[in-house]
Amino acid sequence: MPGPHDHWESTLSTLATPVLLAASEGEGGFHAPSIADFFPPAILFEGTLFQIDRIWIIRVVATVALLTIFVVGARRARLVPGRFQNALEMLIDFVRVQIVEEIMGKENARRFVPMIATIFFSVLAFNLTSVVPFLNLAGSARIGIPLILALWVLVTYWAVGIQKHGFGGYLKNNLFPPGIPWPIYLIVTPIELLQILVIRPASLAIRLAANMIAGHIMLVLCFAATQYFVFEAVPAMKAFGVLTFAGGFAITLFEILVAFLQAYIFALLATVYVNMSLEEEH
Amino acid sequence: MSALAPAALVVAAETEEPAGIDLFLPAGYDILWSSVILAVIAVVFYRAVLPRFQAVLDERTAKIEGGLAKAESAQAEAAAALAEYHQQLQEARTEAAKIREEARAEGSAIVADLRAKASDDAARIVETAHRQIEAERQQAAVSLRNDVGVLATELASKIVGESLSDSARQSRVVDRFLDELEAAGPAAASAAGGRAAEER
Repeated sequence: MPGPHDHWESTLSTLATPVLLAASEGEGGFHAPSIADFFPPAILFEGTLFQIDRIWIIRVVATVALLTIFVVGARRARLVPGRFQNALEMLIDFVRVQIVEEIMGKENARRFVPMIATIFFSVLAFNLTSVVPFLNLAGSARIGIPLILALWVLVTYWAVGIQKHGFGGYLKNNLFPPGIPWPIYLIVTPIELLQILVIRPASLAIRLAANMIAGHIMLVLCFAATQYFVFEAVPAMKAFGVLTFAGGFAITLFEILVAFLQAYIFALLATVYVNMSLEEEH
Repeated sequence: MSALAPAALVVAAETEEPAGIDLFLPAGYDILWSSVILAVIAVVFYRAVLPRFQAVLDERTAKIEGGLAKAESAQAEAAAALAEYHQQLQEARTEAAKIREEARAEGSAIVADLRAKASDDAARIVETAHRQIEAERQQAAVSLRNDVGVLATELASKIVGESLSDSARQSRVVDRFLDELEAAGPAAASAAGGRAAEER
């Protein structure tokens, strides 16, 4: 095991792009998925703030693909849409109508559609890399992307709330919900403060990252087991490979569902949080 | 190679295996690059993608709404035109009926008029003819009286042998003769004879 593993790592760091794509498949033995998958070795600038690794490349590829699709779509957008434009518009309208307008109402929606759409589509793109061959890892599986998005949501709902109610008004609205006897505030107020400062963004970020991590581990487990059973195990065990492959297939489909679902949940909760700041009282 | 546990151990020992909590404690480079990437996406979406799509979607909505309104107004217009057409048709029919009625009345008036005129003409012609006939008859009666008088006188002078030159006598003889004639002849002749006698 040490031999092939070493070999794999050195190839990865020297040949960069083409080979790192095979990373999660492994080249021999049973490659058990581990936390190390989410901390691949650096390719460039190791140890600095600008360290570039496999996940960086996955994210860049996803970003380029996302922006290409949407910029080309926007360039070609016509009054009478073609098939490609229809598909994009369906997605954009899903965000615009089903998420933002549904929660905020039409007049507030217009202001926040760009933000929520950016969140939805970037989360979706980074999630989907988990099932794209050769990428095979969600760009949102490492906490950076989810965390930055969650902080964006945090800053936005604070800014919107302060803009709408003033700093004191916003805190009063959130920390001292009306209609409860004052001793309860001793309990409620710290919880609410924790809620608007930490729990909301943290739950957004961790939910997304954890889902993607779990999905990746399940996928790798299934496919690594398939690889192991089919090519390396004793003949009597080979039939298990069929089973694990079927499992991997199902989980791949499930991952696609989860990718959409998590993007939807992230966008939906972001909208809800921002909307809470817009409302008079909640 | 084949056993699972030793392999995992080796991996753990070989690299600085991240602990589970590291998954949620971001590394500096992770945050930096995530920010950069998301900033790029956000800028492109805010600047280029969404305004364009919003504009196209809004334009389409406006166009569809405008088209619907236009179709509605066109339909209303068509309905109004149809109603107007129907009304005009009705008016035209009424007018045609009126004209027909008038024409019929006028026609019968003309016919009656012509008929009256024709019967007038006929009456006048008959009258004229009557007059002419009467005139000719009188003329004939006058000339006949003269001729008959002369002839009868001559005849009588020849028979009687005496000249009836005396005009007074002559006239008396003729008158008597004619009176006799009239007494014997038809009523018309007698009337004519009478009148002729009076004229003389």
